[in-house]
Amino acid sequence: MAAASSSSCGGAGCGAHCSSSTSSAAEDAPEVGLGRLSISGASASCGKCGGGAVVVVAGGVGLCGECLRAQLFGKFKLAVTSNAMVRPTDSVLVAFSGGPASRVALQFIHEMRSKAIGSWDASNSQALPVFNVGVAFVDESVLLSMPECEVELATEDIKSIVSSLLPGDKAMHIASLDDVFSSESNSKDGEDRLRELVGMITDDTGREDLLQCLRMLSLQKIALENGYTKIMLGSCASTIACHVLSATVKGQGYSLPADIQYVDARWEVPVVLPLRDCLAQELSLLCEFDSLKTQQLLDRPCGGINGLIASFVARLREENPSREHTIVRTAQKLKPFPFNKFSANGYHDFLPSRLRPKFQHVDSDEPAFSEVLCLICRSPFSESELQNLESTRHNSQKKIDLYTACCCQSCHVQILPGGRNLYDHFFSLLPKFWTERVDTASASHSSLRDQIEDYLLEDDDDGN
Amino acid sequence: MQSAAAPTRAGSRLCKRCGERKAALKRPKTLEQICRECFYIVFEDEIHQTIVDNNLFKAGERVAIGASGGKDSTVLAYVLSELNKRHKYGLDLFLLSIDEGITGYRDDSLETVKRNELQYGLPLKIVSYKDLYDWTMDDIVKAIGLKNNCTFCGVFRRQALDRGAALLKVDKIVTGHNADDIAETVLLNILRGDIARLSRCTFITTGEDGPIPRCKPFKYTYEKEIVMYAYFKKLDYFSTECIYSPNAYRGFAREFIKDLERMRPRAILDIITSGENFRISTTTRMPEQGTCERCGYISSQKLCKACVLLDGLNRGLPKLGIGRTAKVGARADGSGEQQGKRAERNRLSLQGKHGNLDF
Repeated sequence: MAAASSSSCGGAGCGAHCSSSTSSAAEDAPEVGLGRLSISGASASCGKCGGGAVVVVAGGVGLCGECLRAQLFGKFKLAVTSNAMVRPTDSVLVAFSGGPASRVALQFIHEMRSKAIGSWDASNSQALPVFNVGVAFVDESVLLSMPECEVELATEDIKSIVSSLLPGDKAMHIASLDDVFSSESNSKDGEDRLRELVGMITDDTGREDLLQCLRMLSLQKIALENGYTKIMLGSCASTIACHVLSATVKGQGYSLPADIQYVDARWEVPVVLPLRDCLAQELSLLCEFDSLKTQQLLDRPCGGINGLIASFVARLREENPSREHTIVRTAQKLKPFPFNKFSANGYHDFLPSRLRPKFQHVDSDEPAFSEVLCLICRSPFSESELQNLESTRHNSQKKIDLYTACCCQSCHVQILPGGRNLYDHFFSLLPKFWTERVDTASASHSSLRDQIEDYLLEDDDDGN
Repeated sequence: MQSAAAPTRAGSRLCKRCGERKAALKRPKTLEQICRECFYIVFEDEIHQTIVDNNLFKAGERVAIGASGGKDSTVLAYVLSELNKRHKYGLDLFLLSIDEGITGYRDDSLETVKRNELQYGLPLKIVSYKDLYDWTMDDIVKAIGLKNNCTFCGVFRRQALDRGAALLKVDKIVTGHNADDIAETVLLNILRGDIARLSRCTFITTGEDGPIPRCKPFKYTYEKEIVMYAYFKKLDYFSTECIYSPNAYRGFAREFIKDLERMRPRAILDIITSGENFRISTTTRMPEQGTCERCGYISSQKLCKACVLLDGLNRGLPKLGIGRTAKVGARADGSGEQQGKRAERNRLSLQGKHGNLDF
C-alpha cells in the first residue's frame, strides 16, 4: 500500500497528502506552537551550539531552531544520498499536500537543487546535469463538502507557496482525484464515477484506504505524463509509525515492510521517502521556526481504524516521545522486498566508484520475487493469498473471480463491497489502469481457453 | 398489539446458523445472531479445529491445564475435558495451580479450582511459592512494596508451572491465553521493538526445545466469547482481579484492542495473522538457551531470572535483577531507551493479566 501518504498520521505534521484533522496553519500562532515544545526553563541554551534558545528537545538534547534545522536537513540529505534516491539525470516530483512534512520535503529538495545548480555553474566541465524538481498537488475537494471559493483560495495558496521558491522554475501540477478515471473512453463522468465507487464501500477505513490508493495512482499518472522519474513523499516517522500499526491491525503483516522503506520501486515511477527518520512534531516546528507556509484546509479528517490508531499513537507519544521511532525501528527489522532498492542495471553508475560497491552487492540467496501485487493496494501477496490466486486461476473461468482473487485479504475485507453480486459493478468502476493489469496477465490463460471453448459444457460466464 | 408484533420480531431473529431456534446472542467474533446451542457448537468446534489443525496433542499424552480459577482457565478445563471425551483425544488431563500466597485473592480462587477438580473430575496439583522459594507474594510485597512486584510474580510463576508440570510428569502444559492476549502481545512487542519476541509470540506451541512444551488452544478464541460461554454454561469461576495489581488489565494496548474490537471485530484475528506473517529474517538472534547453574532450570544467562530475583530477596537487595536501577538519571534518548527496553524485556511477554504492562 502507499504507506507513503498514509492517511493516519497522528499529528500536525505528516505525510504528503495526509489527512490530519489538525489544520493549524503555521502562521496561526507560532509562539503558541513554539511554547508547546520548548522546555520550561526558558533560559536553557542549545545543547549543540551553546547559543540560541531551545525550541525543541530532540534525543534528550535541547536544540535551538538553527540546530534543529541542521539536524533535520542532515537526516534528509543522508537518506537521499545513502539510498541513491536522486540521480543527476532524475526529474523529481514532490507530492505536496500542503502539510508541514511535505512542505519540509519540498524545501529541502529545493535547497539541494539550488546548491547543485551553484556547483554546476562553478564547475569546469559541467559534465553531470542537475536534477529537476516539480510539484504535484492532488485535489480531493470533490469529496469534501466545501464551498468552491474556499477550495479555490486554498489551491491558490498552494500555488503561491510553490512559486515562492526561487528560482521559481518548478512546474506545478494540480490534479483532481477524479482525473484518474478521465482518460478512459467510458462515457461516465470521472467525478460521478469516483463518488459512486467510494459510495459502494461500506467500511469507513476501507474507503479511506481506497482514496489513499487512488491518490498514489493520481501521482503516478502525473509523473508518467510529465516525464518524472521519481516521486518524493513527505511521509515522516510519525506517519510511518501509524502505518505500521494500522497495517498490523488490518492483517497486512506480510506486506508491511514494502511500505516503510526509503525506496519503493514497485510502482511505474519509483517512490522515495526521505523524511522517514523525522518526527511530525519536529517538522511542524521547523515550519513554524522557518516560517514555511503550510495550507491544510483541504485535509480530510481521518476516521475509522486509521483515526483510532492516530489517537493511540498520540497517546503513546505523550507517554514517551521516542515511541514512534521505536515502532518504526521494529518494522525496519522486518525483511524488505527486492523492489525496496534500486536495482536496475547501471542505476548506480553516476555514484563515485568508492560508493558503488555498497549498492551493487547482490543478495544471491534471496529467492526470486513472485511479482504478484494486490490489484488495488499493490501489496505483495503472502503465501496463502498466492495459493488462493493459483487455485482461482486454475478452477474459475469468471473474470470477476480472478479480479477478486487478485485483491489482497485486507482489501477483500474492507474495500470490496458487501455482496458478491455487487462485485461486477464495483470492478467496472475501478480505474482501468488497475484492472488492465489483471486482464493482460490472464490473457494468455483465456486465449488457451478460447481454443477449446466449443468443447466446454458450462454456460458462457466469461461475461465482460 | 404486542402479541401481533411478537411473532414478526421473533421471526426476524431466528438463529442464523440453524434457522430453527430463536437467536439469543450476537457472536462477538462475527456479529452473527445465533442461538445458545449453536454458540456452544461453534465455540467448541473452533477449538477442536485449532487442536486438530495444529496437532497440539498425541493420544496417550499427559496434559496439565494451567488453572488459576479465572474464566479463561476454567473454560479451558471444561472444554478440553469435554472435547477429550467427545473426540477421543485419549489425553490424561490434570489441573495445575500455582499458589502465589496472596491472601484474599489466590486462596479464594484456589477454592474455585478445588471445586472444579470435583466438577470435572480432573486431578489437581497445587504448587506454592512458599514451598518452592520460601517466599509468598505477601512477603515479597511486604519487602519490596507494590512496585515491580509483578516482575517477581511473573518470573516465579513461569518456573513454578514448569516445576509443577515436572512433578505431574506431564508431556505438555496448556494455558488459557486467548486471542485478545496474543493480539496485545503482538502490539506490545512492536511498541517496544522486540523483534525476537515478535517472531514467536504468535506460536501456538512454545518451548518445544525445552523439557515441557506449552500450548494455547484458545489462540483464536475471543475473550468475550469465553466470558459468554462461561456465563451461559454457568461455569464456576473466580473473577476478582489480583489485589496487588488491580489495574494490570488496563494497559494502553489492552484498551486500544477493546476499542478496535468494537470498530471491527475481526481486527483481533487480523493482528494475529499479521503476527504470523511478519517477514522476520531467520537470522534474528534468539537468546541462547542454557541451564541455570544453581537450579538447573532453562536460562539464557548463567543464573536463571528466578534465582537472580530470589537471591536479591534473600540478600535484602530486592532491586537486583529488576534492571531499571542503574543510571536512572541517564534516561536520555539512546541509553535510556536501551535501558528501558532491557527492563521491559526482563518482564514476561505473555503475562498480560498479571504483568505490569502499563509500560
